[in-house]
Amino acid sequence: MENESFVTIAEHSKEDLLYLLEMAQHFEKQPNRNLLTNKVVATLFFEPSTRTRLSFETAVNRLGGRVIGFCDASSSSTSKGESLKDTIMMVSNYADLIVMRHHLEGAARYASEISPVPIINAGDGANQHPSQTMLDLYSIQKTQGTLENLNIHLVGDLKYGRTVHSLLQAMRHFNPTFHFIAPKELAMPDEYKEYCLKHHIQYVEHAEFNEDTIASADIIYMTRVQRERFTDLMEYERVKHVYILRNKMLEKSKPNLRILHPLPRVGEIDIDVDDNEKAYYFQQARNGLFARQAIICNALGITLSDLK
Amino acid sequence: MKKELQVAAVKDGTVIDHIPTEKLFDVVNLLELANLRDEITIGNNFASKRMGSKGIIKITGKFFNPEEINRIAVVAQGIVLNVIHDYEVCEKRTITLPDELKNIVRCANPKCISNNEPMQSHFHVVDKKTGLIRCLYCEKTMTLSQVKLK
Repeated sequence: MENESFVTIAEHSKEDLLYLLEMAQHFEKQPNRNLLTNKVVATLFFEPSTRTRLSFETAVNRLGGRVIGFCDASSSSTSKGESLKDTIMMVSNYADLIVMRHHLEGAARYASEISPVPIINAGDGANQHPSQTMLDLYSIQKTQGTLENLNIHLVGDLKYGRTVHSLLQAMRHFNPTFHFIAPKELAMPDEYKEYCLKHHIQYVEHAEFNEDTIASADIIYMTRVQRERFTDLMEYERVKHVYILRNKMLEKSKPNLRILHPLPRVGEIDIDVDDNEKAYYFQQARNGLFARQAIICNALGITLSDLK
Repeated sequence: MKKELQVAAVKDGTVIDHIPTEKLFDVVNLLELANLRDEITIGNNFASKRMGSKGIIKITGKFFNPEEINRIAVVAQGIVLNVIHDYEVCEKRTITLPDELKNIVRCANPKCISNNEPMQSHFHVVDKKTGLIRCLYCEKTMTLSQVKLK
């Protein structure tokens, strides 16, 4: 792969994704390397996201690079009305790479068009969060030994959850069978079901969330069902306790099952699941470090052979 | 019976025909005809067998490249382009959408960066027949009927 911006998951080929995952494996074996000596990485968080920012900044620090940036647009010139373009042009004078999160959709794509240095999208509104998808893929590959032919159960908010949409797009290369488990108001949008049909991705929709619907799962990907997403609050009250994963629901599950969640969780996985060996969400977050080290190095033109 | 021409014939140039009457001035603006110094005839509410009434634009000495002319398919389907050399129609075709729309329409998503920065919009045309377009920035798919001209 050439050194390039990392903006959206859908534009990456199977080879690109597997290449980045292989890089991430090397970083898991040895996360501390002096690959970014004399490099400055800017983390521009126009919208706060502590978890993602810390993960990116840790990735840079462990590779020997330095970090500049801001974690809240109110502390940048954006609050004075500066355009995104001007901020990017200014920062690109200082940094070798820009990691950015922005509340507007497409902000990272636009930044990548105007910036002389590569851009990594750390989330652009409801649109994309591709480094999350890379760590999800890495977690699936690591726990299952493969990405091919898996049963992946997506549970919760499948309408607004960008992580499930990006995961669905990324998995198109690997012949998955998806199971969509969501309340009616938060069902998988038609746009993504059409995407599945177009890319020959099999899917099954379930209204019920119980031990039988998840018995065939290799991966359960839980997401948060948020009250503010409902127009009908009666419906929210009816379903809010339905889409909660509890330990006793895992009795019929497959031995290789692993449970993922992009975090933060707010009750949709009962804490009695945490001690089950199938709970993987905390390790999943840790994998974000290795996935982001791979994305950063690739953007700066560091190749797999440099890691061996 | 001799057929009377509704406007004078063009020796060399372009005739844009079968423009829906309510879209005529959108077409004039999209082609930036106000900036041209060529001889231009703009007619509207002419009788049309196919459409009832129609608009027509004749421009002497001007030939558009496909990228310039295809953008007018954004406002209406079925507009016909005639390229004239020495009073003869050398090319006649219905104008179809181009593959890309750069800075012609505004994204329907208010949270799209292209509606919040001083920048150009950019769409891929997904389906020329149904007018389905996809914003290159926010990645949302929408139809031409949902968007406004910039």
